[in-house]
Amino acid sequence: MATTFDKVADIIAETCDIPRETITPESHAIDDLKIDSLDFLDIAFAIDKAFGIKLPLEQWTQKINDGQATTEQYFVMKNLCARIDELIAAKGAA
Amino acid sequence: MRLEYFQMLDRFVDVKADERWIKSESTVPDQSPVFEGHFPGYPLMPGVLLIENMAQTCGWLVSAITGFSGLPVLAGVKEAKVRAAVFPGMTFTTEGRIVHDGSGYAIADGKVRGPDGAIADARLTYRIIPYPSPEFQNTMVTWAKQLNFPLEEFRK
Repeated sequence: MATTFDKVADIIAETCDIPRETITPESHAIDDLKIDSLDFLDIAFAIDKAFGIKLPLEQWTQKINDGQATTEQYFVMKNLCARIDELIAAKGAA
Repeated sequence: MRLEYFQMLDRFVDVKADERWIKSESTVPDQSPVFEGHFPGYPLMPGVLLIENMAQTCGWLVSAITGFSGLPVLAGVKEAKVRAAVFPGMTFTTEGRIVHDGSGYAIADGKVRGPDGAIADARLTYRIIPYPSPEFQNTMVTWAKQLNFPLEEFRK
């Protein structure tokens, strides 16, 4: 069974034409993979659809802008996947 | 329709709020400065303005489902197809359907149809940005009412 990381990495590779093998759990989507905000909307759409969730991008952006969080907390692949797993778990518990 | 002012929609004619679908209607003016260049002696509605028509129809729909909490701005156009010509005097409808309302963004499908069938279609991506001022938000709501936008259907 594919892990969350595998699914998200596949989505990013396909959406942004990034070689799949270059995407690792330590990759930062913005700093390392050079994904811009518009491409990230496509990725968010694909993730929302694939996992049946709604990535809280507005909330994340607000926290980063307010200095309450860092981009690493949301956009390093392993952290992004952890957030996704939390959203899936919250959906299942609802 | 006032092409030179980008006022693309004449009115909204149908809505299915529960399906997040809406239909607008537009009649192409007989004369417009746009036709002086597109094309001299052969006035033809520019395809990019048909895309703008879909963008405005779907944009109002995004505004409605988000309760006019932000301004949807066009961020992406995919799979745009212009299938038939549109000439001055022609009336056509534009349908918009929300495909996904994400956090701070939305995806919608637009379809333009004329008396003889499909004219254009596209998938549109919107960023939803804060209104520049409360006054601007009020302006948008007032404008929606002028277009007969069925605001009450989305408040149920």
